[in-house]
Amino acid sequence: MSVTATASPPAAASRPGLGRLTVTELKLFIRERVGPIWGVGFPLLLLIIFGSIHSFNKPQKDFGGATTLEIYVPVLIVFSIAILALSALPMVLAGYREKGILRRLQTTPMGPVRLLTAQLAVNFAVTVVMVIVILVVARLGYGVALPKQLAGFAIAVLLAAAALLAVGLFVAATAGSGRAAQAIGTILFFPMMFFAGLWVPIAQMPKLLRYISHGTPLGAAVQALQGAAEGHWPHAQQLLVMAAYAVAFGLAAAKLFRWE
Amino acid sequence: MPAVIEVQNLHKSYGDTVAVDDVSFSVQEGEIFGILGPNGAGKTTTVECVEGLRRPDRGEISVLGLDPQRDRAELTQRLGAQLQDGELPGRLKVGEALALYSSFYRTPADWRALMDTLGLADKSSTRYGKLSGGQKQRLSIALALVGNPRVAVLDELTTGLDPQARRDTWQLIEDVRSRGVTIVLVTHFMEEAERLCDRIALIDTGRVVAVDTPAGLTERVQTEHRIRFQPSVPFDDRLLTSLPDVTSVIHRGDVVVVTGNDNALNAVTSVLARNNIVARQLRVEQASLEDAFVALTGRHPESEQHARESRPGQN
Repeated sequence: MSVTATASPPAAASRPGLGRLTVTELKLFIRERVGPIWGVGFPLLLLIIFGSIHSFNKPQKDFGGATTLEIYVPVLIVFSIAILALSALPMVLAGYREKGILRRLQTTPMGPVRLLTAQLAVNFAVTVVMVIVILVVARLGYGVALPKQLAGFAIAVLLAAAALLAVGLFVAATAGSGRAAQAIGTILFFPMMFFAGLWVPIAQMPKLLRYISHGTPLGAAVQALQGAAEGHWPHAQQLLVMAAYAVAFGLAAAKLFRWE
Repeated sequence: MPAVIEVQNLHKSYGDTVAVDDVSFSVQEGEIFGILGPNGAGKTTTVECVEGLRRPDRGEISVLGLDPQRDRAELTQRLGAQLQDGELPGRLKVGEALALYSSFYRTPADWRALMDTLGLADKSSTRYGKLSGGQKQRLSIALALVGNPRVAVLDELTTGLDPQARRDTWQLIEDVRSRGVTIVLVTHFMEEAERLCDRIALIDTGRVVAVDTPAGLTERVQTEHRIRFQPSVPFDDRLLTSLPDVTSVIHRGDVVVVTGNDNALNAVTSVLARNNIVARQLRVEQASLEDAFVALTGRHPESEQHARESRPGQN
């Protein structure tokens, strides 16, 4: 046996590794299954089930003339974001720390910060793709109109993803293991989805619950998305709530995150 | 030859626990330098400071003229590390891992050639989680070398490997060194240190007990040589006890055990020859590195058997 000393030519351009790292993380994301099945497949399945229920396609007086399905499309979008950010991301990152993968990267020029960046990029990208898929399936399959205020809708999606991914990073920062991170993420998921109107649409909640919902990231997200779908620019308060979660949990995660 | 690694008065504590009390040594270019010591002696903490993973409380470290903390980015280009518990994502394939890690470096090695060299070529599309302990270890070594480093720090290189895989790995390390890579090897296996290392720093409770060649360390312990044999005919003990180099003669059944200094063997065999006594099954026991280890640290090294059992699920 002999080790060849052939060196490939110096890698071109700046940071060739970051692109490869992101592509590799995307492959792992797909192989890991939690994200693709629960974060993308399951919301799509719900959309198809809801869309096939006859009464869901009739305008409802309670929803100001909107159909139940129209009310549920934003809920399904935040459902997907919540799975990716609260379950898939913390499980992967806490697992990476547990297995010493982050520490291993610390000994290379790449460094673990860029691994976090790559993970966030993957989750943002999957979110964008998934939102487009849901909107297109809802439009073509069940005649749900595309959002009338498209820019407002896009901003609400990105802010919602930022807020939830920050919470997910915080969970990953504080949980001891990949399994613990997934458990904490799941525990957070249900109340957050409740206030997003998964079981009872926000408009039909009692006043107190509606109030709380306004202050939760997913409640604010669903309302901003529903508004933008109907053609309004999202309310400043909704955007501020999401931005506040993104900043507060993002900073806390950055402060608490440990590489080992 | 210039020193590649210079460590002076390194001290590192975790809370009240002193991991490294006062460690100094220097590693010359192109050598295989062993860091040997009992569990918890501070070996890993020492090399983690060298790698820049931990910030020393006190002391000076220079690696290739770089400060591991201040010049971290540059150091990672030139120093390859194999960590004791560094895993990879279970679903990452061998080829992907090597291609990925090689993309981190300015002047990487040819990862495909490295994969061949380490006998992983047919595992290129196997997921990390499906590899055996030996294969994982070989991949870990490959990743430490994929950046074409000047210095490689290998922590507990062969723990959890079966004897054949361990010997193959040793061969590999010697090949890497012959390429001019300086190697720091953390180990608690005597055989490994004796076989591979040019020099060894023996560390105990956070301090350097001795820095020497394996032979030099062995010479430090003045254990007596023991000669065992079966004489072809009975003889008078005084024949041997009268020799100045012999300290005692004991009979154990048919076997005679003679102890003495390192000249005793010569003296005993010539006396026996002169008296026409044939020494059958002649054996000489000398001080080993293990004796030196025990004498210098007052402890027994962890046996290989135990080390293997303490890491179940590998191999």
